[in-house]
Amino acid sequence: MLPSGADFQQDFFSLFNLPARFRIDSSSLERSYLALQAQVHPDKFAHLPEAERRLSMQWTTRVNEGYQALRNPLNRARYLLSLQGVDTQEESNTSMPREFLMQQMEWREAQEEALQAKDIAVLEELEQRVQHEMRFLQQQLAVDIDDTHDFAAASGIVRKLKFLEKLAEEIGSAFDELDS
Amino acid sequence: MALLQISEPGLSAAPHQHRLAVGIDLGTTNSLVATVRSGISTVLNDEQGCALLPSVVHYAADGEVLVGQLAQEEQSAYPHNTIVSVKRFMGRGLKDVGDVSNLPYRFVEAPSTSSGPAPGMLQLRTAAGVKSPVEVSAEILRVLRVRAELALGGELVGAVITVPAYFDDAQRQATKDAAKLAGLNVLRLLNEPTAAAIAYGLDNAAEGVYAVYDLGGGTFDISILRLSRGVFEVLATNGDSALGGDDFDHRIYCRLLEKNGLSALPAPDIRSLLTHARAAKEQLTDHLDTRVTAVLSSGEVIDNVLTRAEFHEMSQNLVQRTLQALRKALRDAKLTASEVKGVVMVGGATRMPHIQQAVGDFFGQSPLNNLDPDKVVALGAAIQANVLAGNRSGDDWLLLDVIPLSLGIETMGGLVEKIVPRNSTIPSARAQEFTTYKDGQTAMSIHVVQGERELVSDCRSLAKFELRGIPAMVAGSARIRVTFQIDADGLLSVSAREMASGTEASIVVKPSYGLSDEEITRMLHDSNQYARDDMMARALREQQTEAAQLLEAVDNALQQDGEALLDAAAQARIRGSMDGLRAVIAGSDHQAIKRAVEALNQVTTEFAQKRMDKSVKSALAGHRLSELE
Repeated sequence: MLPSGADFQQDFFSLFNLPARFRIDSSSLERSYLALQAQVHPDKFAHLPEAERRLSMQWTTRVNEGYQALRNPLNRARYLLSLQGVDTQEESNTSMPREFLMQQMEWREAQEEALQAKDIAVLEELEQRVQHEMRFLQQQLAVDIDDTHDFAAASGIVRKLKFLEKLAEEIGSAFDELDS
Repeated sequence: MALLQISEPGLSAAPHQHRLAVGIDLGTTNSLVATVRSGISTVLNDEQGCALLPSVVHYAADGEVLVGQLAQEEQSAYPHNTIVSVKRFMGRGLKDVGDVSNLPYRFVEAPSTSSGPAPGMLQLRTAAGVKSPVEVSAEILRVLRVRAELALGGELVGAVITVPAYFDDAQRQATKDAAKLAGLNVLRLLNEPTAAAIAYGLDNAAEGVYAVYDLGGGTFDISILRLSRGVFEVLATNGDSALGGDDFDHRIYCRLLEKNGLSALPAPDIRSLLTHARAAKEQLTDHLDTRVTAVLSSGEVIDNVLTRAEFHEMSQNLVQRTLQALRKALRDAKLTASEVKGVVMVGGATRMPHIQQAVGDFFGQSPLNNLDPDKVVALGAAIQANVLAGNRSGDDWLLLDVIPLSLGIETMGGLVEKIVPRNSTIPSARAQEFTTYKDGQTAMSIHVVQGERELVSDCRSLAKFELRGIPAMVAGSARIRVTFQIDADGLLSVSAREMASGTEASIVVKPSYGLSDEEITRMLHDSNQYARDDMMARALREQQTEAAQLLEAVDNALQQDGEALLDAAAQARIRGSMDGLRAVIAGSDHQAIKRAVEALNQVTTEFAQKRMDKSVKSALAGHRLSELE
């Protein structure tokens, strides 16, 4: 019988030895990540039999997946909510507050105009504003998830953050496009 | 060069023999092999004392194959039969190569056959028949393998082969196939800039964020790494797998055509002028001007003076392309140029003064040129090979590398849905569920692509496969879970499973351009380099080596954890299976050894699992302790 606390099915917070909260200590996460990698990485198993090499790849894959799930705030919120059995309705629930949608449209237009005008300064300013808004929403998430346990409100913020991450990604592509 | 001392007297884990392993830099222009000897990474020279093997293969009509310097001497006389810079063709179709009129080869497309390369892959017609880039590269690798075996006095346990970080799945797969075809056991495909970072980082005890700018003969990579307490973490990589020193030669070549009003030259003249162009480029590194004189086959004489300023002007946009990739990599790493502590220069092409200037200006600091840019990649690969072969515990450094290009699947309307984003740390996996869109649908096709663009047609097609045997159900009720796994070599495999019906039909798909193990075995047999008996003897020795290593590994594992993790009966089962393997290992029946190895692998699977769980736990236990301190 395997002792609990180290099996393949355990959740990512247990895997990284962290409390299951939105507010996490990112340096503890990184330390756990590197400690686990040092044990399971395929480079440590290259000279060992096939069975162990395969296990090593599966474990490293899982450790990388967990790191991605916990390091990024949006992913971490999604993951915490899924552990609570909460559906964030990212595909099904498309109703958004009106002012949020207006803001999105305004930013998207600004992004397209900046791209047309090849105006890097405007694009940079827009990026700052989007980042600022994302940080604000992440602070809200921390309150909703860790303090008030208002998972419905948290799901709403997850849906907003998904919009913003997409926008941030498009701004990144716009920089690439202006550069080529 | 004083690379770090690797042997640690008194600390060697097991009393086993030093395992012979090498690092190979399979370059566009030159290739090298290196190994760790007495704790120091060293490049192995040929009998003439040369480290660099020109990556040139000549096929003579009588079947003789020349590699390196000797092949290079034939290139102007026999351009069709002398393959230069074959790396640019690895994993590529004819349409990928672009303008072939200025390349002195007879290209053919691989026909549609049940075995061999996928249809449309590029091949070359030579005096010795049609050759694939994989076969040509295998000739180069074979020479390096033999060089290493002679120098080290034994067969190699394995090799680390370096590839450009920006190589896609097709190019990586082709490289691995070439190594297998050359009789090498591939321990790992290692990204070239990462290999350079290992050599540089260990040698200089570097800490902080470093950029590796690697401009080789045919490929360009930029990698941003964080080096911290023995961890080499690649934060982002970018590049262009069709941009290198060759392109700078080509600019000079085109200028020569222009200046002399030439076009559509015969193949020997193309090769000869390209060689002159390369020499002129190298001259311009140390001189402000150079003179090119050549006689064409028509008798026409070329006599031109080129200045450095002229050369820099005509190749400035190539330099700009590298800077674009650099900016993208920094953006992906969420860093600015000023946060980079040092820039390591790799690849012979970084000797060009305007490259040094542009990189220095970009980062606001002088690039680091203290390692030989031709050798640093092979030296780093050798250090990695030594660790992977098990010659030391290797727990003092850790390498975390990434996938260079996003993986996606085709969705409605020829659009790409990204499933594994670029710069994800490998190994990595992602599962995606699909469903049927028609009642009673029993098959669906899945198209996997690699690249950053939105349209399927702008990305590289990796694999197209059909899932068959889906139980007939109402549209939307079948649930097919497709898992995309990228291994530590950056190679993709895909498996699929129907979830709703409970049928556990699972398939493994290898990208269509890869060679199956059977094909490689057949090609090895076909190769006239090996007599069949040699092959059999080699197979037996390899099997025996593998068996001995397995016995040693299981023995160590039992000593460490047998009592703690297994009951008496389980231990006895493993010991029984070990005895079974020992009974056949010295014999000459390689099939019997193989069966006994498989049996032992089978019986130790659960033990391996328990040991892995134990290490995971101990990693965190150690972590908890260090937090208390």
